[in-house]
Amino acid sequence: MQPVISIRELTKTYAGGFEALKAVDLDINKGEIFGLLGPNGAGKTTLINIVCGIVTKTSGSVTVNGYDNVTDFRQTRSRIGLVPQELPTETFETPYNVCRFSRGLFGKPPNPDHIEKVLKSISLWNKKDEKILMLSGGMKRRVLIAKALAHEPEILFLDEPTAGVDVELRQDMWNVIQSLRETGVTVILTTHYIEEAEQLADRVGVINHGEVIVVEEKTKLMRELGKKELVLHLAEPIDTLPVGLGDYRLELGADGSELTYHYDTKGEHTGITALLGALHEAGIRFNDLHTSQSSLEEIFVGLVKKGA
Amino acid sequence: MNWHAIKAIYRTEMARMMRTVVQSIVAPVLSTSLYFVIFGAAIGSRITEIDGVSYGAFIVPGLIMLSIMTESISNSSFAIYFPKFSGTIFELLSAPISYIEVVLGYVGAAATKSVIIGGIILTTASFFVDINIVHPFLMFLFLILISVSFSLFGFILGVWADGWEKLTIVPILVIMPLTFLGGTFYSISMLPQTWQTVSLFNPIVYLISGFRWSFYENADVAVGLSLSMVILFLAACLGVVWWIFKTGYRLRA
Repeated sequence: MQPVISIRELTKTYAGGFEALKAVDLDINKGEIFGLLGPNGAGKTTLINIVCGIVTKTSGSVTVNGYDNVTDFRQTRSRIGLVPQELPTETFETPYNVCRFSRGLFGKPPNPDHIEKVLKSISLWNKKDEKILMLSGGMKRRVLIAKALAHEPEILFLDEPTAGVDVELRQDMWNVIQSLRETGVTVILTTHYIEEAEQLADRVGVINHGEVIVVEEKTKLMRELGKKELVLHLAEPIDTLPVGLGDYRLELGADGSELTYHYDTKGEHTGITALLGALHEAGIRFNDLHTSQSSLEEIFVGLVKKGA
Repeated sequence: MNWHAIKAIYRTEMARMMRTVVQSIVAPVLSTSLYFVIFGAAIGSRITEIDGVSYGAFIVPGLIMLSIMTESISNSSFAIYFPKFSGTIFELLSAPISYIEVVLGYVGAAATKSVIIGGIILTTASFFVDINIVHPFLMFLFLILISVSFSLFGFILGVWADGWEKLTIVPILVIMPLTFLGGTFYSISMLPQTWQTVSLFNPIVYLISGFRWSFYENADVAVGLSLSMVILFLAACLGVVWWIFKTGYRLRA
């Protein structure tokens, strides 16, 4: 598939000498939700700002739909919407007016119906004529999203869209993002909340110290780097493992009343059936069991620590 | 050319003027009226005519210049500085627009406001003194060119300023003295010879002189020279703005 955004050997060194990006290569596919993860200062915002035209690159290239983002900036920028991390808003304007302004700025003819649809989709319609100054932080974030959607972007960058928002708004945002994907919009999402990427993203990229460490489909990443474990709660505690169970990588914990078995879901045989049979033969009874899988967050922390 | 963007910026900027109508319109009208009361009526009645023009009428072109210069600078410098200060400039930088659209939108709106203010002051003045404009077309040309030039200058100032103080320091410390010493309230021929020569290094002298010529056909310097100076200043400002957007000076990291 032809990538919608193609980034090659992109570097950025700021005037002070700080190297924010070191030869980044990254492709974003059309219509996907891409989760860009990384600790603070990793280069996420710099990367986004270069693609959008806010920061000048030092070297490398960025193409959007095949257009270079510097020489053909009108072609690339008119396709991109950006919701920045901070909340810069036109204090004395109203949500409706700033949406109309954004639409015009991005070269789209006036379309009150579209603006109405956008404002309604993120529950801002009843605040459309209030001064932005009077709105809460969560509402201001909605205004920024509405501005970006007002000009019907094909690609939407969301830089930490749910930082500091309440549970309800976060759920709303997630719904908006899902519905955008259904209309074919490509979404690039940076977030500190790994569960957000886990919930939404099709693919995940991890960036640290200005370098892309990994880019992978989320499910594959979780399958490959994730671990699964089965925990058995024993009916009666045991002191040592019976001899016949030595072949299984078992851990005895919680004062001998819990057995943990690590297994690989990729393997043809997980060994669970055999283990349960062996336990039965050894006369070990259990009254509860559960399985768990490492979260994307655990995988992320592991990756970033390894790179540090 | 992204016409929708120009329209969006222009419309938003004009709406801002309507929101701050007291500051934008009432203030210059009030200050001009005060100048007329003080210099026109109170002091002016004791001053003889200058080149056949009563003192009250003589100061009208200068007062209009004073207002449109300061208003052009303050409107356009604030218009670009405030988004930089609040962070909303990100949208302008990420929009599919070049410096041409940005300048046409912001500078166009600031210059429009100045021309409107100039018209209001002229109307206000006509209640105090008899005004006869000999060359109305030239008067209008000067008004527009100077409004555009100083709006461009204000735009440059707004991009350059990295604090509120810098934003006000240039109008107060540079433009205001040059305007007051540039013949707003007097003809430089009234000065001793040395100061007349010094005055010729003040670019504002040429602007006020040319503008006044279009009213009364009397001037400190030749009107062609005045017009050339205005165009030179306009070209210089355009050059700087072009350079700002080419290099991203104080706009793009």
